[in-house]
Amino acid sequence: MTDSTSLADWRDDIFAALKAADIRQVGYVPDAGHSRLIERVHADPQFRAASLTTEEEGIALAAGAWLGGQRAALLMQSSGVGNCINMLSLAKACRFPLTMLVTMRGEWAEFNPWQVAMGSKTQAALELMDVLVYRVEEAASAGETVAAALDIAFNGSLATAVLLSQRLIGAKRWVK
Amino acid sequence: MSGRGSNQKRLDRRAAIRVLLDGRGDLLVVTGLGSTTYDAASVADDERNFYLWGAMGGAAMVGLGLAIARPDRPVLVVTGDGDMLMGLGSLATVGVQSPPNLAIAVFDNGRYAETGMQPSHTDNTVELTGVARSCGIEAVFDIADEPALSDFARQVQLKERTLFARVAIYADEPPRVLPPRDGVLLKNRFRRATGVE
Repeated sequence: MTDSTSLADWRDDIFAALKAADIRQVGYVPDAGHSRLIERVHADPQFRAASLTTEEEGIALAAGAWLGGQRAALLMQSSGVGNCINMLSLAKACRFPLTMLVTMRGEWAEFNPWQVAMGSKTQAALELMDVLVYRVEEAASAGETVAAALDIAFNGSLATAVLLSQRLIGAKRWVK
Repeated sequence: MSGRGSNQKRLDRRAAIRVLLDGRGDLLVVTGLGSTTYDAASVADDERNFYLWGAMGGAAMVGLGLAIARPDRPVLVVTGDGDMLMGLGSLATVGVQSPPNLAIAVFDNGRYAETGMQPSHTDNTVELTGVARSCGIEAVFDIADEPALSDFARQVQLKERTLFARVAIYADEPPRVLPPRDGVLLKNRFRRATGVE
């Protein structure tokens, strides 16, 4: 596990990509892998951070933001992708630009088998709904991959997701 | 029970939507799928209406994102009890965010009108006004007559605090008025009409 107080790392590169893309609203359901990003978004007045009760709220939030001329991004864990499926029809039917940053569970040294069911199908589920999916395995490519996904989403009015692999984030430690 | 024979006071839904949208000024409107979309279209197919034709449970959150992005404009979500019940958690998110320019009006007939008038939970134990209050929305109204609805419509224009109204309506099905259902068209014309594109 990376200490969230350590020096700049891939999480800060993602934060920089969100800032550079003029993202204004960030909807999230908390995940340990996103915790540093969530802290930084809350601390920066460029962003309005919205904690959500379920991830599908974020798809609708991002649509409303775009109707009002603002750009939004969503942060969630892989299990939350399953909660979004029908709401993704909003993005698809209206061609709303959308970028979901998804921290993966259930794919690398996972302790909890309940995470594997959704984690192993996250990419397939997104692709079934015509979301463009990019994966990040190496810390060095996190910032540029998020920046590229945001570019494609807002240049082309397309739905995109960046899957941040569990190997990158570090498997959750259950027994300390 | 919610029918015309009920003793409880209720409003005609098409009369209610006219109270909310006549003289709307620069109001931005989001409607939930089904009857509230037809209701809004029955007043006028205004380009500043964003009609949901699907995405059930999403109306309040579309309104929230829009209200945050456009603090200069009043934003009104008009949706039904079925959509609100599916997105009940979004009332919690709205309560936490509480943008002062967001108002939510739920046309409550206690029925899933689109699918055959099956009873919804608001016909049973659930009081949406209590849910909204518990979520931290401070201005909550239970409305069953036109003067109260007119007063709510006036407050929507003030943009002073997040508003929630449960509007009791009869469980009937007035003739459908169908606005465009091409989502890309609805999105693009809304953005053009409101000056963000």
